[in-house]
Amino acid sequence: MLSHRLGEWAGHAPVLEEEVALANIALDLLGQARILLSMAGDEDELAYLREERAFTNLQLVEQPNGDFAHTIARQLYFSTYQHLLYAELAQGDSAFAPLAAKAVKEVAYHRDHAEQWTLRLGDGTEVSHERMRRACEALWRFTGEMFQPVEGLDADRAGLEAAWLDSVGDVLRRATLTLPEGPRSGAWTAGAGRQGLHTEPFGRMLAEMQHLHRSHPGASW
Amino acid sequence: MVTATTTTPLESELLRLAGSVPDPELPVLTLHELGVVRSVRLRGTDAVEVEMTPTYTGCPAIEAMSLDIERVLREHGMREVTVRTVLSPAWSTDDITDEGRRKLREFGIAPPRARTASGPVPLELGATRTLAANPERAAGPTGHAPDPGPVPCPHCGSPDTELLSRFSSTACKALRRCLACREPFDHFKEV
Repeated sequence: MLSHRLGEWAGHAPVLEEEVALANIALDLLGQARILLSMAGDEDELAYLREERAFTNLQLVEQPNGDFAHTIARQLYFSTYQHLLYAELAQGDSAFAPLAAKAVKEVAYHRDHAEQWTLRLGDGTEVSHERMRRACEALWRFTGEMFQPVEGLDADRAGLEAAWLDSVGDVLRRATLTLPEGPRSGAWTAGAGRQGLHTEPFGRMLAEMQHLHRSHPGASW
Repeated sequence: MVTATTTTPLESELLRLAGSVPDPELPVLTLHELGVVRSVRLRGTDAVEVEMTPTYTGCPAIEAMSLDIERVLREHGMREVTVRTVLSPAWSTDDITDEGRRKLREFGIAPPRARTASGPVPLELGATRTLAANPERAAGPTGHAPDPGPVPCPHCGSPDTELLSRFSSTACKALRRCLACREPFDHFKEV
């Protein structure tokens, strides 16, 4: 999902280097997703023919790109989580270990990219600081969901969450920002993506993502 | 990993042939120099199974690589060629041979530096500008890998270069600029 969202920046990114960077991150995520989907079944069927409720992705990753700061905040939150999770899975002996050991090296660059931009925008001009702050606040309520239990995935959630808070908090402090104070769990937050409940923009995104495959089943070029 | 089995002369020859296939994106390198061909095993007299590993999970060149290997081995009399992609152990830029590094540099791409840290990451990514070894990081603060050293310009050899973008034309490269000769260049990132 995040790969698709990042792909939407193609042709719209603020500078050419960023366009290429976001597309490269999207490609890494796509490669990882293909392997994960293949572990569960037929990748095309799972990606293109499932209905909205059958997707159990985090609501964080389906959030629209917003402005560049918004995309960077989403990247910071998600890639920090992904990096910690893959590092842990890479040490284990689950079916995810080979992919995790490989992907953790790719995600290290995604996280670094998000960190450098967070520093630059947060500790930048008044406008960039304000936009970065707003983006971090807006997406904050989607972050608690990352640490909910997932069926079939064995990980030290409490440990991940503590490490995540440390890492994100450290980046934000250096960016002259602070960890948002709003709730991350409970009634006023997001958190049902794992149960197949999604936010309003998800359906439209899915329609765009699945349209070609559904209109022309089996098409190839 | 792989259980030790003896390699027949024909398998060695087929491995050499598979490894001689040029990389579709960096044709100056062979797949052997890139370090992505893992093994070749005969399955009968004219059937062969090749194991290769992707540089990046999303690397779009992997399909072209598979087809090229298949073609070359068929030309060598193999009737059935199966190319399997294996993830583990994960490919690292340390798998690029010395010859491969030399060719990259000649091609204008700064080769990856040796990864000093062992185990799965975390790579120490940091300062955008390299000159000599950064004294702060060379000191090796707790939990940080030692400084991997400068990324010298492949054109003029100056160590004084700066990072322009962490991602260049492909995910495996970063875009840098030489502050001595002012030429931009690609750097094969360490993974």
